[in-house]
Amino acid sequence: MVQATAMQAAVHRAALFDFLLGMGDNTLILGHRLSEWCGHAPALEEDIALANTALDLIGQTQLWLGLAGEVEGRGRSADDLAYLRDARDFRNLLLTERPNGEYGRTLMRQFLFDAWHFLFLKGLRVSSEPRIAGIAEKASKEVAYHLERSRDLVIRLGDGTAESHARLQEALDDLWPYTGEMFVSEAHDLALAAAGVAPGAESLKADWEALAAETLRAATLEKPEDRYMHGGGKRGLHTEHLGYVLAEMQFLQRAYPGASW
Amino acid sequence: MYAQMVKTDASRVKSPDDMDSQERAFQERIDAGQKIEPKEWMPEGYRKTLIRQISQHAHSEIVGQLPEGNWITRAPTLERKAILLAKVQDEAGHGLYLYCAAETLGVSRDALYEQLHSGKAKYSSIFNYPTLSWADIGAIGWLVDGAAIMNQVPLQRCSYGPYSRAMIRICKEESFHQRQGYDILIKMMKGTPAQKAMVQDALNRWWWPSLMMFGPSDDASVHSVQSMAWKIKQNSNDELRQKFVDQTVPQAEYLGLAVPDPDLKWNEEKGGYDFGEPDWNEFFEVIAGNGPCNAERLGARRTAWEDGAWFRDGLTAHAEKAARRAQPGAAE
Amino acid sequence: MSSEWPLWEVFIRGQHGLNHRHVGSLHAPDAEMAINNARDVYTRRNEGVSIWVVRSSDIAASAPSEKGPLFEPANAKVYRHPTFFDIPDEAGHM
Repeated sequence: MVQATAMQAAVHRAALFDFLLGMGDNTLILGHRLSEWCGHAPALEEDIALANTALDLIGQTQLWLGLAGEVEGRGRSADDLAYLRDARDFRNLLLTERPNGEYGRTLMRQFLFDAWHFLFLKGLRVSSEPRIAGIAEKASKEVAYHLERSRDLVIRLGDGTAESHARLQEALDDLWPYTGEMFVSEAHDLALAAAGVAPGAESLKADWEALAAETLRAATLEKPEDRYMHGGGKRGLHTEHLGYVLAEMQFLQRAYPGASW
Repeated sequence: MYAQMVKTDASRVKSPDDMDSQERAFQERIDAGQKIEPKEWMPEGYRKTLIRQISQHAHSEIVGQLPEGNWITRAPTLERKAILLAKVQDEAGHGLYLYCAAETLGVSRDALYEQLHSGKAKYSSIFNYPTLSWADIGAIGWLVDGAAIMNQVPLQRCSYGPYSRAMIRICKEESFHQRQGYDILIKMMKGTPAQKAMVQDALNRWWWPSLMMFGPSDDASVHSVQSMAWKIKQNSNDELRQKFVDQTVPQAEYLGLAVPDPDLKWNEEKGGYDFGEPDWNEFFEVIAGNGPCNAERLGARRTAWEDGAWFRDGLTAHAEKAARRAQPGAAE
Repeated sequence: MSSEWPLWEVFIRGQHGLNHRHVGSLHAPDAEMAINNARDVYTRRNEGVSIWVVRSSDIAASAPSEKGPLFEPANAKVYRHPTFFDIPDEAGHM
């Protein structure tokens, strides 16, 4: 009996670790992608605004990966987890690693992610795990604004000029197959949902679809047909793009092992 | 500085006797330390010089995002990444404040961009040098922001209200920039031999370009004298350069670095350092467009602007549609 | 085409109970975006609790001769403040 409880605890811890990595890797990789725009955005005001979103995401990464390291219990810091894991150990959604492309694509990716992020954090605010609820509480305020901004821009550009409309529609069509993954539970998701730690991945689908549909309607954009959806990110099966993100991001830590910065 | 060698259109500085009554009254207000505000009368030369100076300063801030931005995606820790991103974002903000200050003088931001993109307007020579290692990010914060602050602090007292207020806000926000750079270097100098070598190499490459930021000696320049009379420049280039060297050399010593100037020597009599002359040929080449990164920097700004046209136009079109719909009786 | 976004003047109430104060200006296609942009541009250091924007061209001014949601997140960015960096005294003023 005692042994069974210990095993359950270990399983729970492993599931929790995977889950926290997922949260932190999403914000890490997306924050990294957004930071690539710094100095190159289409308007000065936009450059500043996008950097704010990136800064929020990097800040959230520190919290999620910090907690992941604690839960793992092997003394790894948030930086260790960000800078010293290889791609197969990353748990982020494939959507977050999609290349920026042109600015419309970056904004569409942001909206699709923000809508999910917002709803997921809402669920996490009532997590049975108080530390998770605490991070979610703080992050929710930031993400509510991210969503307000990305949703607003998608609507404006969708319903802007013929060119901005076409660009946004193309971005949407291109990114849509990467949204399905958000609503598919992996083994660790199921364990945590059962324990009341996190909402089940599937449970958000209806709200997300409603939010997306309402936004796309206002943007005069056409929701793509649901066909094949890519997946695997939450299990560490990524696209080729992630390797390059990591090669760049981890360069100094890898080139000068053990150095402090 | 961020605005190097700003021309004034003056062939000589007028004495009060040469001025008409309006000009004399204007000069008296400046002499009395009063601020000049946007809609007030000002000599055309004052207005033009300010536009040149403020827009050069603004261009420098936004082009200045690029060399440091080059390392945001490679910053070695999450905290360093956030700090650097926040700093480079501040530079965009400072560019924005400065363009707005220039706009109060009756020129549009798009027109100023056009001058930058066409190569007609200048920006600080320093941003045409490459950032080759992480230590360069520390060196830029320490030296480049250090030099900028030296110039910007007195500009808070500049005679033109909007410029002065922009500088006050900028100085307040920039106070962390130099420190974050020095902090990077302190950490590296406590590190491995490879890290220390990286820092020394960065100082070797950035020292002279930093001294050039103040511009060539302008004691004999009529532009400088006129700008000082108008209080849109407070110190000569040489004064600021001396102050910078005097402040920076002990900081280099504290880090355990050698300043790459064989002529550097403490001069007890003047209470400051004697130091060598920067290579002004190099400076003029960089200003003329032949620095290591001129083409990349300007190219990056042009691309951002041109590729973003559809975005700006799309939002304008939407705002117009929304305004039409909001009108009573709009048919839609 | 490319007509420039209009210029807006930004006013921020720094704390509850104080007046809105002019902090600067920015460009935006309309009022709603001007408010969003103002939040991003002018409250990066947790400076405000309320924002007003007005088109610069709508401001009526006296002749010169007559005399004349969501700000909590910035709290976490302590590195924006110079005291975050511990600079040894020996390094001198910075």
